[in-house]
Amino acid sequence: MKKQKINITIDGIKLAVDEQCSILDAAKKVNIHIPTLCHHEDLCVAGNCRICVVEVEGQRALSASCATPVAEGMVIKTNTAKVRKARKDVAALLVAEHNTQCTTCYRSMNCELQEIAAEYNVDNNTYISLVDPNYTIDRSSWSIEKDDSKCIRCQRCVRTCAELQHVNALTVANKGKEMKISTFLDLPLNEVVCTNCGQCINRCPTGALTERRFYDDLWDAIDDPKKHVVMNTAPSVRVALGEMLGFPVGTRVTGKMVTAMKKIGMDSVLDTDFAADLTIIEEGTELLGRLKKILVEGNKEIKLPMLTSCSPGWIKFIEHMYPNHLGHLSTCKSPQQMFGALAKTYYAEKMGIDPADVVSVAIMPCAAKKFEANRPEMNSSGYQDVDAGLTTRELGYMIRQAGVDFLHLEDSDYDSLMGESTGAGAIFGATGGVMEAALRTVYEVVTGREVPFDNLRIMPVRGTDGIKEASIKLENLLDEWKFLEGVEVKVAVAHGLKNARIIMDQVEAGTSPYHFIEVMACPGGCIGGGGQPIPTNEEIRKKRIEAIYAEDEGMPKRKSHENTEVQKLYKEWLGDVNGHKAHELLHTHYTKRNRY
Amino acid sequence: MNQIQPYVRSLADKYGRERECLLPILQEIVATEHVLSQDAMVEVARELNLSAAEVYGTASFYSFLNTEPYGKYVIRVCKSIVAEMKGKKEIVDKLCDILKIKVGETTPNGKFTLLETNDIGWSDQEPSMLINEKPYTYLTPEKIVQIIAEYQANGKSNNHQQIN
Ligand code: SF4
Ligand code: SF4
Ligand code: SF4
Ligand code: FES
Repeated sequence: MKKQKINITIDGIKLAVDEQCSILDAAKKVNIHIPTLCHHEDLCVAGNCRICVVEVEGQRALSASCATPVAEGMVIKTNTAKVRKARKDVAALLVAEHNTQCTTCYRSMNCELQEIAAEYNVDNNTYISLVDPNYTIDRSSWSIEKDDSKCIRCQRCVRTCAELQHVNALTVANKGKEMKISTFLDLPLNEVVCTNCGQCINRCPTGALTERRFYDDLWDAIDDPKKHVVMNTAPSVRVALGEMLGFPVGTRVTGKMVTAMKKIGMDSVLDTDFAADLTIIEEGTELLGRLKKILVEGNKEIKLPMLTSCSPGWIKFIEHMYPNHLGHLSTCKSPQQMFGALAKTYYAEKMGIDPADVVSVAIMPCAAKKFEANRPEMNSSGYQDVDAGLTTRELGYMIRQAGVDFLHLEDSDYDSLMGESTGAGAIFGATGGVMEAALRTVYEVVTGREVPFDNLRIMPVRGTDGIKEASIKLENLLDEWKFLEGVEVKVAVAHGLKNARIIMDQVEAGTSPYHFIEVMACPGGCIGGGGQPIPTNEEIRKKRIEAIYAEDEGMPKRKSHENTEVQKLYKEWLGDVNGHKAHELLHTHYTKRNRY
Repeated sequence: MNQIQPYVRSLADKYGRERECLLPILQEIVATEHVLSQDAMVEVARELNLSAAEVYGTASFYSFLNTEPYGKYVIRVCKSIVAEMKGKKEIVDKLCDILKIKVGETTPNGKFTLLETNDIGWSDQEPSMLINEKPYTYLTPEKIVQIIAEYQANGKSNNHQQIN
């Protein structure tokens, strides 16, 4: 069926667009900018803010362009006195009920309301301020900070939590001027079913939702001569940080980032990718162990499919939503937590530093990592393993505060120990990456051959489809693994908790056909994490993903088991893979939580 | 909690478990229990496979779905603009004066709750109010004294309690 085209005129320009195209999208095609606030490309249309109004010939009232589909012969004007006046009024009304604190606000210079208010140069005194002088800020959560006085009630957060994450922690409560974004009974965020994923933050146009910030504590630690500050940076930070510091989306700034952190004064700049490689060794071995126990020993207690455990938003989701299926989760800690546990044991010992003086900080694309760092069980080093988890955004702020000229920085390499990594560690940052890294290693372990994919690119698990599947037949295996001969390993990859739910409903129903499933809480994987630079949309996520795979292909080694620092760690200190010491430091357990 | 679970389940059996069944279920709970308790909302969420926040969000939109316990008699004074012009303030002041509570509060003996509400459909006869489901119109401070006295005396007057 041929799609029908609709002919319209916008500001005198004639064009033909698809049926169902909104006026807003049609205007974009001819480079006409219409301001928006409640609209977000990742979410369904809401049409509640009215900042995007335009004039449609023959209609008395103005139309919200984001919520109005085009019609044949429509003549649209986006720049008339009436439109400009209406938009300015809408902006002024929003500002009137907004706690305007731009000079001190975390989102200043990255705020959609501020931008529009500035564009229309609204007068703050047109309307009386309606800000409740007794407003409070919810800082109960380790991850999310909620300041209702800066909320413009656009409901992007509510739609994010519902449509993308299927969590529905946030809702619209009350009505009229009492209307607000609320949790169940308006309870503090740490008491409700929230995964800390931070996706709502990434889509909030203002400073109403932000991550809890801890960079001032980090500055204190850096300034303290007794403290030895060890930083590690997650794979996806290096392909997104540049966006905050003047580089186009999709620029890899790995070397500059390392230089900047050294200039800031970190004692050692290391790579979470090292721990990602380590995760693959532990997790891959765990998977093979599970298969062996089931196939050879007939152990009925062992759970398949095995689920990855590196995304703390996903972990909290399954703890709340599927508390009876925690046995499917790999017991491996996330790379962040493995790194932290080793920083205050292995690293401290090798470097001759008192672990009490080591401050271990992770730079993460993530809001949920803050909660994870503070989970009570994460102290296998004898200390809190990770002292702080900072977001990509917080690091961007620190680099700016330090006055570093990021655009013109030279590159430098990560420090050692625990600074070496492979391309397999790097691709952890994109959806499908953990699976691809695991397959590269596991296949080679059991067959002695490289995975049968061109240039190690396991294409079926790449891309932005919500759920991806692949299968690999295991043939001509090494003697030790003969029990797997002929097995067709089935794997799946899900990202965004909406898709995690689909996967888990299958597990719950006992119909899951897979052996191994990778789940990431955030759409696109960590490159789309709740701590990444704002804004986000499909195009931005795709560019960051491309950069991640380019990073992989630029690495001399691209398989986790070839990481020499990881090999050395086992040989000199940790002992066996999945062994006693490894279990103590690198594995964890999970907590059943309430569904409601 | 233990009784609320089978009760909510029976309501879900009766009305269904689709999203659109949420309101009738909440209405019936309030009609019988006089309040939507936290436990009740959680059970409704469980039965209908919604989040507790969604149930709360819906309930909080409707003035008649209260999540805080109310008194036996809920007085709702209309706050429409017409009511405002016809002397609503005096009516509210009188009620506060007699009951010794402010708008939004419940008397310590649990008998009366005083609220303001959106238009209740008697704008031609303002000021007006509802006591539970019974409307009172053309109110004056004197009438208020009399009406409240009746409720205080026998707890009834000709008011019929809502039952389903
Ligand atoms: S949310 Fe935006 S407009 Fe509001 S204070 Fe912050 S920067 Fe300014
Ligand atoms: S952090 Fe995630 S789960 Fe929590 S409210 Fe935001 S979107 Fe929902
Ligand atoms: S918290 Fe942010 S996203 Fe949510 S309604 Fe308020 S302004 Fe919009
Ligand atoms: S952006 Fe169109 S109504 Fe909000």
